[in-house]
Amino acid sequence: MAEGKLLTINMGPHHPATHGVLRLVLELDGETIVKVTPHIGHLHRGIEKIAENMNYQQVIPLTDRFDYTAATLNNLGYCTAVEKLLGIEVPKRAQYIRVIMGELARIMGHHLWIGSHALDIGAMTVVFYAFRDREMIMNMTEEVSGYRLTPSYLRIGGVAKDITPDFIKFLRDFIKWFPTAVAGYNTLLTDNIIWRQRTMNIGVISKEDAINYGLTGPSLRGSGVPFDLRKAMPYSSYEDFDFQVPVGENGDVYDRYLVRMEEFLQSLKIIEQALENLPEGPVNVDNPWITNPDLGAVQEDISALIRRFKIQCQGPEVPEGEVYHAVEGSKGELGFYIVGDGTENPYRMKVRSPCFILVSALEKMMLGHMIADAIAIIGSIDIVLGEIDR
Amino acid sequence: MAIDNEKVLEKLKAKFSDAVVESVDFRGDLTVIVTLEKVHEVLQYLHDDAELHYDHLSDVVGIDRMPRDPRFEVVYVLHSMDDFRRLLIKVMVAEGDEVPTVTDIWNSANWPEREVYDLLGIGFSGHPDLRRIFMWDDFEGHPLRKDFPLRGKDFDKTWDPDTIQVL
Repeated sequence: MAEGKLLTINMGPHHPATHGVLRLVLELDGETIVKVTPHIGHLHRGIEKIAENMNYQQVIPLTDRFDYTAATLNNLGYCTAVEKLLGIEVPKRAQYIRVIMGELARIMGHHLWIGSHALDIGAMTVVFYAFRDREMIMNMTEEVSGYRLTPSYLRIGGVAKDITPDFIKFLRDFIKWFPTAVAGYNTLLTDNIIWRQRTMNIGVISKEDAINYGLTGPSLRGSGVPFDLRKAMPYSSYEDFDFQVPVGENGDVYDRYLVRMEEFLQSLKIIEQALENLPEGPVNVDNPWITNPDLGAVQEDISALIRRFKIQCQGPEVPEGEVYHAVEGSKGELGFYIVGDGTENPYRMKVRSPCFILVSALEKMMLGHMIADAIAIIGSIDIVLGEIDR
Repeated sequence: MAIDNEKVLEKLKAKFSDAVVESVDFRGDLTVIVTLEKVHEVLQYLHDDAELHYDHLSDVVGIDRMPRDPRFEVVYVLHSMDDFRRLLIKVMVAEGDEVPTVTDIWNSANWPEREVYDLLGIGFSGHPDLRRIFMWDDFEGHPLRKDFPLRGKDFDKTWDPDTIQVL
C-alpha cells in the first residue's frame, strides 16, 4: 500500500461505459483500484412482482425487457420453462424456428457487445460495422414478427406465426454475407496491437475462481470451462446441430473477446443447419387449451371464437409444481424458476440473470488494475442493466 | 462415469439420514428438501465431495408461501462443472428465522442472498454484507412478499380528491 490517501470516486450512474445505469464506487490508490462497490437497482421495475399478477402469455413481453439486446433468447428461456412445467413438447418446426431466431438474437447481442466494447476502449470504427450488420438482423426480425428490438415472437407452445419466404431469402443473403463481416471485425481488432495491449492480461479470473464466483456464458468459457447449456443440457433441439463450444485459456479480457468472436461463427453455423433441415409441419403445439385457433376458424366457428377469447384473456392453466429451466442467453445462463399453483398466473417467477452474477464478480476482476482497465473489464463481461435490475 | 439423480439422493440419504426431509423428482430435476439446521452442512458436503462436486451455485431463490407455515422457502440451484449436472436443494424457513449463509462455500451466493433479503426479508446469518440491493436503503417492507400490495403502499390507500389527504 502506498503512503498517500485513498481517493473515492463515483463511476456512473450515467457513465457511458457502464452500459446503462450502473454506479460503481471505486477506491483508488493513485490510479490503481483497491476497492469496488457496485450499486444497482436504478432500473428495477419489479418484473417478478408484476409477473405474479399476469397470466402466462402476458408475461412474454415482459421477458423481452430483461436483456433487450437479445430479446428472443429471453422469450425462449421463459417459454421453454413454462412448457417444462406444462409437460408439453412443441413441434419440431417450431423448435427449429426458435433456434434460428434465438441464434440471430445472440448475434445481435454480440454485435452490441463488440460495438460498445471497442468504442469504450477507443476503437471507434467497429461500432459502425457492427450496427450495419445488426440492422440486417433487425430487418429480418421485423419481417417475421413485426417488431425490431423486442419482438415477443415466441408463444407458449410454439411461435406467433410461421416464417415467410421473404425471411428465408433475407436469411440466405445474411448467411452468405456474415463471414465476411466477421472477418472485417477481426481485421480491425484481433491483431491490432493497441487492442491487444489494452485487453491481454487484464481482468484475469482463473478457472476455479470463475466457477466459484458463478460466472456463466462467454465469461466463464473465457476462463476455460466449456459450460454451454446448449451442449450441457440441450433444449429446443440443440442436440441436432453440430457446433463447437469455444473456450479461452487465460480468462482475461482478450480471451473473452476471442470466445465471443468465435461464437458469431458458431451461431451462424447453427442457423445454417437449422435452415437446411427445417422440418415441415405446424408451428404450434396441438392443444386447444394452449394454442390459439387460427383466424379463419374464428370467423366461422363460435366455439373457436370463445376459445380464442378465453386463451387471450386467461391464458393456459399451468399445473402445480416448480421447475428451474435455464437456456444459454447471449451473456450466460438465463434461468427461470417458475412456481405454478394450478391457476393461470405464475405463483412466483424468479429470473436467474447472468449479468447480475457477473457484476457481483467485478471486484474480483478489477482489483489491482488501473481505472482505465475498469472500462475494458466492464465491456468484456457484456452487461445489460435491464437484466441485472429486472 | 456420470452420476444420476437416484445415486445423488442415495448418497445424501446415507450421509444425512436425519436432514433429508423429502425429495421431489419433477420433470427430470431433483429437488431435495433438507432441514434448516443441517442445510449448511449438506451444501458444504455437496460442494466438497469428490464424486458429487457441485462447484457452481447458480442462484438462490426465495419463495413466499403465505399463509402456509413455515412461510418461506429458499432454493439453491447447484451445478457441477465436471459433467454438468443440476441439483436443487430446498429449505423451509419460518418468518423471523435466519438461514446460514453459503457465501463461505460459493462466492456467487453473495448477491442472490442479498436479493432474497431485500425482496422477501429472509435473513442470512453470517453474510458479510447483507444490505438491500435493488430497493433504496430506507425503503420499508419487502416487495415480493405476498402481502405487499402490487402497486406499492401509497396506491393501496384511499385518497380524498378534494383535500388530497389519506382517508
